[in-house]
Amino acid sequence: MAAKKPKLAVWKFASCDGCQLSILDCEDELLTVASAVDIAYFPEATRAATRGPYDLSLVEGSITTPHDAERIHQVRRQSRYLVTIGACATAGGIQALRNFRDVKRFLSIVYARPDYIETLSKSTPIAEHVFVDYELRGCPVNKYQLLEVISALLNQRKPVIPNHAVCVECKLRQHVCVMVARGTPCLGPATQAGCGALCPGYARGCYGCFGPKESANPPALSAGLVRLGVTEDGLVRAFRSFNAAADVFRRESELHERPNP
Amino acid sequence: MSSIDMCAPENTGRQPKLIERAGVGRLIAALQQQGYRVVGPTVRDEAIIYDELASDADLPAGWTDDQQAGAYRLKRRRDQALFRYTCGPHSWKKYLHPPQATLWRAEREGGLFRILPETPRAERLALLGVRACELRALAIQEQVFAMAAHADAGYGVRLRQAFVVAVNCGQAGGTCFCVSMNSGPRARKGFDLALTEVVHAKRHYFVVEIGSERGAAILAALETRDATAEEIAAAEKTVNDAARHMGRTLDTTEIQALLYRNHEHPRWEQTGERCLSCANCTLACPTCFCSTIDDTTDLAGQRAERTRRWDSCFTADFSYIHGGSVRQSVKARYRQWLTHKLASWIEQFGSSGCVGCGRCITWCPVGIDLTEEVRAIRATKYYREPVHGDTGTRSV
Ligand code: SF4
Ligand code: SF4
Ligand code: SF4
Ligand code: SF4
Repeated sequence: MAAKKPKLAVWKFASCDGCQLSILDCEDELLTVASAVDIAYFPEATRAATRGPYDLSLVEGSITTPHDAERIHQVRRQSRYLVTIGACATAGGIQALRNFRDVKRFLSIVYARPDYIETLSKSTPIAEHVFVDYELRGCPVNKYQLLEVISALLNQRKPVIPNHAVCVECKLRQHVCVMVARGTPCLGPATQAGCGALCPGYARGCYGCFGPKESANPPALSAGLVRLGVTEDGLVRAFRSFNAAADVFRRESELHERPNP
Repeated sequence: MSSIDMCAPENTGRQPKLIERAGVGRLIAALQQQGYRVVGPTVRDEAIIYDELASDADLPAGWTDDQQAGAYRLKRRRDQALFRYTCGPHSWKKYLHPPQATLWRAEREGGLFRILPETPRAERLALLGVRACELRALAIQEQVFAMAAHADAGYGVRLRQAFVVAVNCGQAGGTCFCVSMNSGPRARKGFDLALTEVVHAKRHYFVVEIGSERGAAILAALETRDATAEEIAAAEKTVNDAARHMGRTLDTTEIQALLYRNHEHPRWEQTGERCLSCANCTLACPTCFCSTIDDTTDLAGQRAERTRRWDSCFTADFSYIHGGSVRQSVKARYRQWLTHKLASWIEQFGSSGCVGCGRCITWCPVGIDLTEEVRAIRATKYYREPVHGDTGTRSV
């Protein structure tokens, strides 16, 4: 193996920093990470910065301003691998709720001087702007999955990140299904695994943090949720959260939305 | 043969014994003294699940369940019965074929890797409260894992070492159909002891059948006496009642031909639209055995690990081969599941892959019911004629 350690950079776009904090949350593993890679740029953790190019860039956040739409191209140019982390970077995040409304109206309501604000009408995932090597889902990402992706890239192998339903993790952990045993609405059957079925483990339904699973069938799930008493408005809210702009979730929320007055 | 005849006990040649309610606690203690880790039913998270039992106080005394397609509700009973519930979300496969297991680890040594094999844990389990359909499921999985050309040594060891206390069902659940699958509700073989619970207003006792020397030895350490003819008859009656109250039925007549010929039946498409491909049915099923292999490394690339994890024909990765997944559509996945369980399993292993426990019906979040699917396909008789050269589809 080459003596030179791969250079890692962590970038932030429109986001809450939660995914970057998952890296710092790796506590026990952080030293191993630091010994395996050269953390060259990570403002959340250190002010020391090494110039690019970087072997691996982790990108958090979505594109919401003309400036960021430019900046992401600079990041791409400096990065051998670019991995997006979290619901903002992979689907537009909670801020993609703007995609369903007129942003100019928000500006006039929220800001005293809307003309100071330069923003795009939509919040979009990084992959809509540049080529992305790998997308890691979650709001926030799961730290073990993050370590797995870094390990896989460093060792030139495929990451073990299954794209099946949260239900599979639920059953692997032998949780009792909250939808069947309590009649609690759960997005698990339409949502990609990765959290370890966290909420069902605490008797809550899944909120869909990891976005749509492969071959997700939200209309069939909605039919089931309606039988449990979820209203049409409730369905809109359920599918319109952290991954509101992910295609399959977006279509489902739009199906149940009443025409705007 | 009527369903009631099918409930007649197999003649083991041994006199059934009788233990009182307190004897159940003594049985657990005796097994623990022999070094067994006793696992069985207990109430947790609004369901009756399987977990380690410290004593009979952990048993679901006075609890039962109400099961329908896609719905399970834990309910109080008016009596203090210990085993008057039906199969819950867990099955014994969680112990015998664990959801996740490390197969081996490897370490980098010089320029090479050294493989460090995992030795299966030699834990002796006592499974308490195994139902007839579950005994059948254990036998099916034994055939899959332990009797195959490439046997899974761990499974065989775990099953052989396990002490099995069966319980004959005293009531049937809303999604049960063991009578249709000829697998219950009476335990016929594959147990060390089999209990039948009788709960009357004034008396609560268990008729115990002995299935093995090991079972006889444990029982000898307890206070027992021969069960009387009346007690045996009362026990018989509870099992016969269960047989008469199956929540579901499944007509298995020529089921292989039915499903193979109806490969292009429009019902598959319709069910594919309702199905979430969430895999819950397969993971709850006590006979489904599929798993996948994960290979991982540590960050530094010094250690590698191979783990086995339950998988299901409802995931895209399951049928992934070079170029993509064989079963892209949910329709194809549902058809694979139903056809394997009820038809191709027979060709593969000589018996049905379904024991009629009803778990896949209850634990499907949208209540898709395989008995209903078979009924719908049978009713419409829409199939491809098995004539050479004829590939058309027609309705007859
Ligand atoms: S609780 Fe939710 S995630 Fe878990 S099995 Fe049920 S529906 Fe799936
Ligand atoms: S297919 Fe369904 S009813 Fe049959 S054994 Fe499996 S879970 Fe039970
Ligand atoms: S039905 Fe599917 S998961 Fe179950 S044993 Fe068959 S292929 Fe495997
Ligand atoms: S039949 Fe039900 S449990 Fe099985 S994959 Fe489809 S929706 Fe999930």
